[in-house]
Amino acid sequence: MPLDARLDAQDRSFKVVGTRPSRPDGIDKVTGRARFGADMSAPGMLVGKVLRSPHPHARIRSIDASAAEALPGVKAVVTQADFATQDGDLHDTLINVMAGDKALYEGHAVAAVAATTTAIAQKALKLIEVDYEVLPHVTDVDAAMAPDAPLLHDDMVTQGVEPAPSKPSNVAQRHEFGHGDVEAGFAQAEVIVERAFKTEAAHQGYIEPHACLASVGPDGQGELWCCTQGHYMVRNTCAELLGMDISKLRVTASEIGGGFGGKTTVFVEPVALALSRKAGHPVKIVMTRSEVFRATGPTSSSSIWVKVGATKDGRITAGQAELRYQGGAFAGSPVEFGAMSAFACYDLEHINVVGYDVVANRPKQAAYRAPGAPMSAFAIESVISEVADKIGMDPVDFRLKNAAKEGTESAYGPTYGRIGLIETLEAAKAHPNYQAPLGPNQGRGVACGFWFNFGGQTCVNLNINVDGTVALALGTPDIGGSRASMCQMAAEELGIAYDNVRAIVADTSSLGYNDITEGSRTTFSSGLATIEAARDAITRLCERAAIMWGIPADAVVWENGHAKPAGPNAGDFEPLSLAEIAKVSGSTGGPIAGHCEVNAEGAGVSFATHLVDVEVDPETGATEVLRYLVVQDAGKAIHPSYVEGQYQGGAVQGIGWALNEEYIYGEDGRLQNPGFLDYRIPVASDVPMIDTVIVEIPNPGHPYGVRGVGETSIVPPLAAIANAVSHAAGVRMTQVPMSPPRILKAIDEAKANGGPGA
Amino acid sequence: MTTIKVSTTINGDPVDYLCEPQETLLDALRDRLGLTGAKEGCGTGDCGACSVILDGRLVCACLVMGAEAEGRAVETIEGLADGEELHPLQQKFIDHAALQCGVCTPGFLVAAKSLLDRNPDPTETEVRYWLAGNLCRCTGYDKIVRAVMDTAADMREAR
Amino acid sequence: MITVKLGGTLKGTAGGQEAFEVEAANVRQMLTKLESEHPALKPLLAKGVAVAINGQIYRDAWYQPIPPDSEVFLLPQLAGG
Repeated sequence: MPLDARLDAQDRSFKVVGTRPSRPDGIDKVTGRARFGADMSAPGMLVGKVLRSPHPHARIRSIDASAAEALPGVKAVVTQADFATQDGDLHDTLINVMAGDKALYEGHAVAAVAATTTAIAQKALKLIEVDYEVLPHVTDVDAAMAPDAPLLHDDMVTQGVEPAPSKPSNVAQRHEFGHGDVEAGFAQAEVIVERAFKTEAAHQGYIEPHACLASVGPDGQGELWCCTQGHYMVRNTCAELLGMDISKLRVTASEIGGGFGGKTTVFVEPVALALSRKAGHPVKIVMTRSEVFRATGPTSSSSIWVKVGATKDGRITAGQAELRYQGGAFAGSPVEFGAMSAFACYDLEHINVVGYDVVANRPKQAAYRAPGAPMSAFAIESVISEVADKIGMDPVDFRLKNAAKEGTESAYGPTYGRIGLIETLEAAKAHPNYQAPLGPNQGRGVACGFWFNFGGQTCVNLNINVDGTVALALGTPDIGGSRASMCQMAAEELGIAYDNVRAIVADTSSLGYNDITEGSRTTFSSGLATIEAARDAITRLCERAAIMWGIPADAVVWENGHAKPAGPNAGDFEPLSLAEIAKVSGSTGGPIAGHCEVNAEGAGVSFATHLVDVEVDPETGATEVLRYLVVQDAGKAIHPSYVEGQYQGGAVQGIGWALNEEYIYGEDGRLQNPGFLDYRIPVASDVPMIDTVIVEIPNPGHPYGVRGVGETSIVPPLAAIANAVSHAAGVRMTQVPMSPPRILKAIDEAKANGGPGA
Repeated sequence: MTTIKVSTTINGDPVDYLCEPQETLLDALRDRLGLTGAKEGCGTGDCGACSVILDGRLVCACLVMGAEAEGRAVETIEGLADGEELHPLQQKFIDHAALQCGVCTPGFLVAAKSLLDRNPDPTETEVRYWLAGNLCRCTGYDKIVRAVMDTAADMREAR
Repeated sequence: MITVKLGGTLKGTAGGQEAFEVEAANVRQMLTKLESEHPALKPLLAKGVAVAINGQIYRDAWYQPIPPDSEVFLLPQLAGG
């Protein structure tokens, strides 16, 4: 079926979708009953602990674990030798899970132990002797690109460059996007702004550290309980790293205490399995917060140069950017997404964006909400606003004049279908926040954001119980209330009450493969599959009614939760409710269920506009966020409260990244702030209420028009806040986080140069 | 290693447990007593996910030693509801969608209860500062603050 | 005959050529023909690509029909947070 034909009739009305029912896991979560990663235990369970490199870059000459192994209470010690060799896609994953001949960042796992108590495990770690040859290190992205930088990988030759470089470097790949001729575009410009920007690495900052409980029996069968965004990914990856058959490993996703992209890969899970296999007992590993900061994936830090030209009447003639993202010790920073999304909000004739994927002695970056996009949006939206200021045009009007719309050739290639950027800009302009008066030292900022959104492989089972209730089995971990949305969609299709549907996240052996909960895909993909599974079940229900009535199945229709004869010719029968058909299902052919297995394509792209007012204290450089507005296209909001929640949460994460959060490295290459005290995420007193407007431009690829909403909300905040701070402080801010010292320094420099702050 | 016998009161019930000297109250609750509602988000008192009430005072259970509970009264998230009847805060958190992943929720509820026990009519600013010791990464705090304010209003009315 | 355009980075890896003509009715046919008729694209295709047909991005849909006169783009494989 063509994707644009998936959308139901535009005038269809909804009974359950669009309402705000209580979530099915609500009571468990407010009473402490919900079980998260660290909340499971097993009889005879051992404690697993990981030994981590104190050096940012070192050759590992040897590891001697004999003293640790001899310690009473120690049941197993593992190193990389306990895993299956990897030459393919999981090569870097294995090395990141457990170092081989080199430690590539401070905190890199080197060995692990399983012992009867935490105290013994910790003592055992101290008894493992690792002979390191310390090597020179590099943590800054620009320094890592310098010709004389210490090399992380002797065999890394930059891809995407012709002819191929003759020497290895820390640049894994060069990317380029765009169209037209930027030089010609700049020649038409009357105003050109060109600037360099920096962003520091931020961590996803989920409150629940990674945790898992693994048990491998002597028959080689394994079970794993863990907090993850994708338990099928965990199963397939761990099975390969341990050399097991996929069918021999069953993974159950616990409740997950936040992820935001950071739980889309494996860290301690394969280690716990390897320890359990060796020890013959269940092994639980729970990361400390310090381990989470030092050894899981923060974002890339970046260095960005942008140039934008425009005519005085407000038409952008060309946009150009160079992005450098370091993604930690391995190739794969999201610079490509940064480059693709950089100018995605604009309808431009001439665009060129070059991106460099750079490695440095830091933990391997992991996805973080619209990976790669917030950094490039920070730089580009800052320059866009500066151009608007220079030509004296309202920043919203300037964006409206250049906004991407249906038919625009996107910056990354394809032509857009129906999109909602203009609607978000218009809603922002119409919002009272845009007219609120500003006082001294206050400033307003606006920025737009784009994200692709993904679909992916999805499998849903919908079982009709004999009492007329419905059990819905999903394979995408519920990270922000998605079970409620799925129950709503199932209830809507079946025509039954929301409370009669119960959704669970099934384990990997109970339901077919599902891709990770990522890419804002869950409400779109699992929602699509839930609707299809419900429609499948309705076909079965109608067949049963037909049998009961003795008429052909195609003479039965489903309306308002009842089977009815299709018309007067079909016969005169009283409608049968779902519960009535279900009650006798055992006597009419057996259980009734609906299924859907799909690779859900057609996730619609998403746009947002954010509007923020701040006050900057010129004495301290501290920024207070006064008002914040998120306007975003949701396609169709299934559960508006959780859509608002995604908008608000993304915005506040962006506020943290913009104002406070950063990985701070010392000269020694060690992370100086691996805790929530010094890596300061926003607290309740740091932020105001976050206002939201949900725009609904239906996505043709979903029956109800759903677009993913999880990620786009973190794209505009860095730039929106930078624009507001720059207006408040009278000086253009070019580095995030805009911490008080950075703002003070910028104000002082502007004063010294006789700038606006003087 | 010497273990310490502790006699305490948890959610109104007398409880005895053994713990090692270096164990925190959070370790004892979670690992010795199976009360896993309090979460360890940091272990350093920065995130508030392990908030409990000790002799009427809001504390991080990760900063209290297990042995310190001797002779004292501990209230945890598991004791917040009265049997099947939710505490008004619990119901309002559900009604307002004041949780997404829910891992910080037990800590927020215990902290919010401690606030409302002291101050039945808090301003938004007072709510925000009282809850500033509890980190939530999902919600941006908006719906949490609204849920607490709304609970306070309802409880005042019911009084 | 459809014209397949290469998005951004992929251009560089295909020796600078931006567009390729192939006869194909679906994604699988298109990828197979691109590989056989334009060997320079082989390493790129082996890494995996997404395909945009008339603006709609398909990550993995071998048998998605490509109507005549469609706008077809090859894009890098996408993943999210």
